[in-house]
Amino acid sequence: MLCTKSLDAFYRQFQALFGVDIHVRPGETVALIGANGAGKSTLLRALAGALDTPRGAIELDGHAAGAANERQQLARGIALVPEGRRLFPSLSVLENLQLAARNGRSGHWTVERLLRDIPLLDSVRDRPATALSGGQQQIVALSRALVMNPSYLLFDEVSLGLSPAAVDDVYRLIGTVKAEGVAIVLVEQNVRRALAESERFYCIQKGRIALEGASAGADYAQVTQAYFGA
Amino acid sequence: MTSFLETLFNGLTLGALYALFGLGLSLSLGVMRMINLAHGDLIVLGAYLVSVVAGWLGIGPFMSLLLVMPAMFVIGALLQTLLLNHVLGRGPLSPLLLTFGLSIVIQNLLQQVFSSDTRSLQGGAITTEGVEFGGVALGLLPLVTTAISVAVFALTHWLTASSHYGRTARAVADDPDTARLVGVQPRRFFALMSGFILAAIALASVLYGIRTPFAPGAGAERLLYSFEAVVLGGLGNLWGTFFGGLVIGVAQLFGAQVNTGLGPFFGHLVFLAALVLRPQGLFGKGTA
Repeated sequence: MLCTKSLDAFYRQFQALFGVDIHVRPGETVALIGANGAGKSTLLRALAGALDTPRGAIELDGHAAGAANERQQLARGIALVPEGRRLFPSLSVLENLQLAARNGRSGHWTVERLLRDIPLLDSVRDRPATALSGGQQQIVALSRALVMNPSYLLFDEVSLGLSPAAVDDVYRLIGTVKAEGVAIVLVEQNVRRALAESERFYCIQKGRIALEGASAGADYAQVTQAYFGA
Repeated sequence: MTSFLETLFNGLTLGALYALFGLGLSLSLGVMRMINLAHGDLIVLGAYLVSVVAGWLGIGPFMSLLLVMPAMFVIGALLQTLLLNHVLGRGPLSPLLLTFGLSIVIQNLLQQVFSSDTRSLQGGAITTEGVEFGGVALGLLPLVTTAISVAVFALTHWLTASSHYGRTARAVADDPDTARLVGVQPRRFFALMSGFILAAIALASVLYGIRTPFAPGAGAERLLYSFEAVVLGGLGNLWGTFFGGLVIGVAQLFGAQVNTGLGPFFGHLVFLAALVLRPQGLFGKGTA
């Protein structure tokens, strides 16, 4: 299980997270929802090792997993799909995958398997990654994280800037990932979709957990209130 | 006509050496976004190391590369790890100041150890032999210099385009923060890259030391030619640097035909003129 214990996070002098406690069980899908600037991306970045955190603030299977860098977190099975896809423009789709595959863990997902299972990837494999549409780029970004064989996949802003059809494509692939037993923490602006795609949710407001619970049957009005802090 | 062709040939081969000087600077700029002002002094340091190893072991300068290239690789990796990595990401001024200081330290160190007398490397038959092609006399050393330069650029091109190291270099150059998210450790990679750059510098140092007498203060001029090749070719453009070096070399030698002492001046003149007409360099991408 991946969890945080009283996690604080800072950008220089600015404190973005205040004593955040969350947990994600193996194979579970958890949604993080909240307004812009609430601290969702910061929480994902902290989990991925991209922010300095105290040693005991993050635990994986009962062991301290904080105070780590991105490479150490990847070795532990925690990978992040960053907001805005952030594919490498100088690399082709295939090269984006190859780079990640070389540095990540070995396991179920390989470059060859992804090219075979996701026809889109094979059809654009030699194109510059950033020459693709937003939806295609999101598929590549998700595949780039998958090829590192994470046990916990952190997905920041799944649908941001994508057409409805592209969002459906991305969630279809997420469904495949879930079926392989990968735990997913997703940040999604569309609250209804986030609740529909997850088993549990955390609503973050100004760096603090304002509400948490099971996604199925969640009181939408209560979630909206926690979302906006009204 | 023969004289023209000979000057052109000699200019191109001199330019191939300048291109080799510029290779490391181009990689530093293109991937690490750093200008190393000690680059020229490292070329001179390499020439002194070759001189020392060749003298101690009684071997030729090319044979001494078997020891000097690994040594330069280690020096490069250590310099990057212990010094340069600490100033990367702190704006363009910090690396400039640090490498300027490093340049002065290397120059003074060389002067203390070797005095300010000039030295040269004994290349043996390679410096005296030549071939004649279509009535034009071609020196063996310039031919070897060009062949080595092309080979090193081709190897670097292959590494950049087709290897894991090349993919890593391009990813780090694009977006170092995201590169970390896919497991790249940019600072460790930069250490490896600086090692490669200094190993390539060792090759350039031998060719330079055989061709020209050198002294501890000769680094500034080498840096200038390197910089001109890199900027003229288009910042960070590998083959642009190669052709930039050729242009500078040819301009210098045709300039020397006008006035023997003004060769480098004509090189600078062509560099400035080219930049006025094409500020992004000959092979750089325009901003429009």
